[in-house]
Amino acid sequence: MLTNTSTQRKTYYEELREKGYSRRDFMKFCTMIAAYMGLQSSGAAQVAEALKTKPRVPVIWLHFQECTCCSESFIRSSHPIVADIILDKLSLDYTETLMAAAGHQAEEAMEKTMKEYYGEYVLCVEGSVPAGADGVYCMIGGKSSLDILHEAAEGAKAVICWGSCASNGCVQAAKPNPTKATPIHKIIKGKPIIKVPGCPPIGEVMAGTLVHIITFDTLPALDGTGRPKAFYSKRVHDSCYRRPYYDAGMFVETFDDENAKRGYCLYKVGCKGPSTYNACGIMKWNNGTSYPIQSGHGCFGCSEESFWDNGPIYERMVNAGGFGIEENADKVGLVALGVTAAGIAAHAVATNLRKHKLVEDLIAEGKQSEQELKKD
Amino acid sequence: MNSTTVSQKPHLLRRVFVWELPVRYYHWINAGCILVLIATGFIIGDPPAIMTSREAYSSYWFGTTRFIHFVAAYIFLFNFLFRIYWGFVGNKFASWRNFIPTNRQYFLDMWNILKSDIFMTKGYNVHTIGHNRLAGFIYFLTFIAFGIQCLTGFGLYSAMSDWWLPNLFSWVPAFFGGDFMLRTIHHWAMWFFILFTVVHVYLVFYHDYVEGHGEISSMGGGWKFIDEETFEKNKEKKK
Repeated sequence: MLTNTSTQRKTYYEELREKGYSRRDFMKFCTMIAAYMGLQSSGAAQVAEALKTKPRVPVIWLHFQECTCCSESFIRSSHPIVADIILDKLSLDYTETLMAAAGHQAEEAMEKTMKEYYGEYVLCVEGSVPAGADGVYCMIGGKSSLDILHEAAEGAKAVICWGSCASNGCVQAAKPNPTKATPIHKIIKGKPIIKVPGCPPIGEVMAGTLVHIITFDTLPALDGTGRPKAFYSKRVHDSCYRRPYYDAGMFVETFDDENAKRGYCLYKVGCKGPSTYNACGIMKWNNGTSYPIQSGHGCFGCSEESFWDNGPIYERMVNAGGFGIEENADKVGLVALGVTAAGIAAHAVATNLRKHKLVEDLIAEGKQSEQELKKD
Repeated sequence: MNSTTVSQKPHLLRRVFVWELPVRYYHWINAGCILVLIATGFIIGDPPAIMTSREAYSSYWFGTTRFIHFVAAYIFLFNFLFRIYWGFVGNKFASWRNFIPTNRQYFLDMWNILKSDIFMTKGYNVHTIGHNRLAGFIYFLTFIAFGIQCLTGFGLYSAMSDWWLPNLFSWVPAFFGGDFMLRTIHHWAMWFFILFTVVHVYLVFYHDYVEGHGEISSMGGGWKFIDEETFEKNKEKKK
């Protein structure tokens, strides 16, 4: 797995031909991935050109606090070339999950890549880094993940944060975050960082992000939080096939009602689609088979920051931090309204007592003037 | 800020033009917008269960509710911007100086209003012509709440629009840590408006009841009727 990384760097196309892919397969892949990346039709040719002429980009793929679902998602992207082109032999110089080497051999391979391709390799990070207790919660080969990350990031051309763990900490960073799980952008400064959040992110989104870097030698256009705009500029809600039910005000009230059977909008049973930016509604999952909403379950909001702390999954609720689990904004608001009304009532009573003379004088004055007026 | 004692002879009242027409327009447009925004906001936050056997294409009531919310939000925003402008060109009662404390006297006056109208300490009957200092400061807080609602609301709206104006707010979701957080702030802040409205309406009645200066009608005609005595005390000294 690690032998042909250093000698002469073949192009992606050469490697694929050696693996037995036809040119037709190759062109199909280029067209598909260009479409996913949101390129115009000539983009497919650009992708093909780049993969044919450019030597492969060395990649180091680190795994920290995570469940490997990002890797799993990646190797299941719809076109087999995706996995082959990036993962299988070609590019991956180091990844705990899939490399053949182990122990010192593996660590050596990483060091070799870091030295040989200093400033050229792309560092992909899956998982967050526990900053608590000097990083002892995640140690690999006797080194803390924090040290490994700093070491690996130094010579990286760019850092890609795979998944919500690396992008925003995900479940291990949920309150109270006992290991102080920290997303990559809070540790690494001064390097271009791309966040590809999701739990996991869609395989095609991951592939599209890498292919963009390979094709254009630049980072894809990023949004305000550092996510590629091509995949994260629309809400799940805005590309949802159930959206017409939302606009028509036809909602699932409970998961076992008639409306759920009819496939109405899941807004009221806690769907986070309206506040989640991702491409699920368009690309879908498992070769475009389905996605959560299509299978009758609301969106989790898994690509949004701190989605584990964003209130209950099955309720459309504005949670009330510090007011207890069962409270929401409206309950607290109603109590405040009651208190205000009681305060006003008390104030009104007090006014009639304390300002009695003032009011009496006004009334007396008014009545006196009334008396002085001529009768009709 | 004068303490006046009530005399036995009838008050001579002087008509003072307090709220200019643009201020009154602003007030009622703002009030209308806030009521519409709260009502539609509640529906959007927790839509009622309307069971129907119709197909989705023949109904659009939820979309319409959202549309009304967005239209009211635009009117609210522009009305708010206009009021800020008017704070610099309007009369002395509309000036921004009524709202933002710039000196120590402002806080002393606020304290006097608290003693007079909230704690109702004996001997304190402070009558103010325009906004009293406490009210002015609370309006300043409402302006901040207006700002929060505009930021979070248009921040949520920006991804739905191609127009440059809402897109000016496209940085907001990232700044606050995502749409969910924006929604939460937007929803919580709404309760401030509800509580404010209740207290505000009550206090207007209170002032009219206790002072008899036409507080309630002032936002209609623009006039308040103040004691001759108060007028003389507040009159600008002739040079």
